[in-house]
Amino acid sequence: MSVTATMNPRTEKASSELPSASMMAVARRQRLQDAAFHRLTQFFSLLVLLALAGIIVSLFINAWPTFAKFGAKFLWYVEWDIINEEFGAAIAITGTVISAGIALLIAVPLAFGIAFFLTETCPVWLRRPLGTAIELLAAVPSIIYGMFGLFVFAPFFATYMQVPVQSVLGGMPVVGWLFGGAPNGLGILAAGIILAFMVLPFIAAVMRDVFEITPAILRESAYGLGCTTWEVVRKVVLPYTQKGVIGGIMLGLGRALGETMAVTFVIGNANRMPTTLFSPGTSIASVLANEFGEAEGLHFNTLFALGFLLFVITFIVLALAKWMVIRAERAKGT
Amino acid sequence: MKRNFLKAIAAAALTTVTLGFSGVAMAADITGAGATFPFPIYAKWAEAYKKETGTGLNYQSIGSSGGIRQIRAKTVAFGATDAPVPGADLDKDGMVQFPAIIGGTVPVFNLDGFKPGDLRVTGPVLAEMFLGTISKWNDPKLAALNPGKKLPDMPITVVHRADGSGTTFNWTDYLSTVSKDWADKVGKGAAVKWPAPTSVGGKGNEGVAANVSRTKGALGYVEYAYAKKNNIPVLALENKDGKFVMPDDLTFAAAAANADWSKAPGMGISLVNQPGASAYPVVTASFILMHKDPANKSESAEVLKFFDWAFKNGKGMATELDYVPLPDKLTNEIRQNVWSQVKTK
Repeated sequence: MSVTATMNPRTEKASSELPSASMMAVARRQRLQDAAFHRLTQFFSLLVLLALAGIIVSLFINAWPTFAKFGAKFLWYVEWDIINEEFGAAIAITGTVISAGIALLIAVPLAFGIAFFLTETCPVWLRRPLGTAIELLAAVPSIIYGMFGLFVFAPFFATYMQVPVQSVLGGMPVVGWLFGGAPNGLGILAAGIILAFMVLPFIAAVMRDVFEITPAILRESAYGLGCTTWEVVRKVVLPYTQKGVIGGIMLGLGRALGETMAVTFVIGNANRMPTTLFSPGTSIASVLANEFGEAEGLHFNTLFALGFLLFVITFIVLALAKWMVIRAERAKGT
Repeated sequence: MKRNFLKAIAAAALTTVTLGFSGVAMAADITGAGATFPFPIYAKWAEAYKKETGTGLNYQSIGSSGGIRQIRAKTVAFGATDAPVPGADLDKDGMVQFPAIIGGTVPVFNLDGFKPGDLRVTGPVLAEMFLGTISKWNDPKLAALNPGKKLPDMPITVVHRADGSGTTFNWTDYLSTVSKDWADKVGKGAAVKWPAPTSVGGKGNEGVAANVSRTKGALGYVEYAYAKKNNIPVLALENKDGKFVMPDDLTFAAAAANADWSKAPGMGISLVNQPGASAYPVVTASFILMHKDPANKSESAEVLKFFDWAFKNGKGMATELDYVPLPDKLTNEIRQNVWSQVKTK
């Protein structure tokens, strides 16, 4: 495509005046260069596809003995017994999905508030330092969050959050059950909160960036019509930036699903189905991080199977996000 | 002119690369991989050995199973494992196995007002605590063992290793030996299914140590050095002779002293619950695996030289790090009966 496009002006030129031999040579050489460059970049992008396919295939080959033994039951089988080689993914999947879900529940409203404040109501002098601080938060390595989670957050969470909550809500029917379990600061909820800290800056930074690209004229017209700040954001900015906002949330969700070290530190690493928000559980990524060193035989294959499932879950999430964006656009179009 | 210059550069680069490689080959490091349990002492020995002989040791502490995989694939000169490989497997792969160091695993706890050794448990009671059938610190069975102590009405939070580990193997090996219930319901392994409903996992010895020291009512197990280093209180444990013992290098050594190493092929005996009045019950040896007919014979010769040196000169270092060096009688046996099988020429 690009080759012919660059050729056109030259051929036109050639019909109006006689091209010299040297100009023809230059044109030919440039055409070759373009073609070579096109092939080269095409090869680079194909490499990505190749790597992706390679990862999926190698995961699947290594995971096959597990899938062959347990079949579809592997997905909902609640068991993780290494010695008797009985494995199910249900515990790890539950832990992964619930902790990531809690993270989003906390992080999305917070991130929205931050982006709202930064783009609409923040004094100008504060914008830069605050924005930079959020970006810095995104650059903190995950192991730091893990250490913070285990040594600082978990004791604090146990003493000032779990114990009071249990003493207040413990007797209530459903809520009391939700917050039952040993208050030792570790568990699904603690992991979700730490994850929320981690994905918050990503979501907030993306939201701020997309809020900022809303054309000033749209905003000012709305204000001109007498809208309040909330109405402007709700009715003008959010619909205009919907795609970007969903993208930002999905980016955060992707990170929350795959996060390894920080989760391993605080989730409790218990291969049991979590029964309450305070009970320890495990996530796919932390099982992989913990158990590969000493895994043999079917256990080894099962870890690959878990990795493959994490891949599939992430893929489903991304596909859902794309589908939501497309549906929203279509709804707007009609 | 330009061409010549490029050629010169290329030639120079080539010579540097080849020289570099041959340089590496000359000062060949010994390669080994496996267990994390003995890693601190192997690293310490390696450092001292390098100073003395110039030969370095490149030991990757990737875990026992990883070590076994690597030595089977012959990518390293020796593998290291905490759980001994059965004799039949050794014969199949043409490998020899010998112990290199002895260490202990200890039960640690966190209760306000209790100092190390203040609480006493027997093996079966300890197993019940880890099973979750004893779920509170003031359980009558614990109270009976600790007359006069005011035990708190507090749930026991069991802390275990989240990663597969030789420490867990040693610990569950012990619990299986002293409790039939544990052997039937859980068994022994580098990672097991922890039955107690309150149990949480920590990553590595340091993860367990951290969780125990910041959770009130926690009960866990770590390699002895970690308990000592972090000042975590240890339970006094009843041994086979019915005496309550505390872990230290002497009680570990007492456990190893009575062991009959020739009993199992590849010297792969378990050192848990050994007889002896002062023997500590949770002790394990860490083993080295080598091929009888190695691909790289000179490197295997270096490995034997290294362990020979370590057995002779490394005892002080081992005690410093709270390991127990092998007794001379045993190291002589290893030299005569095991190393003689490894072809180094």
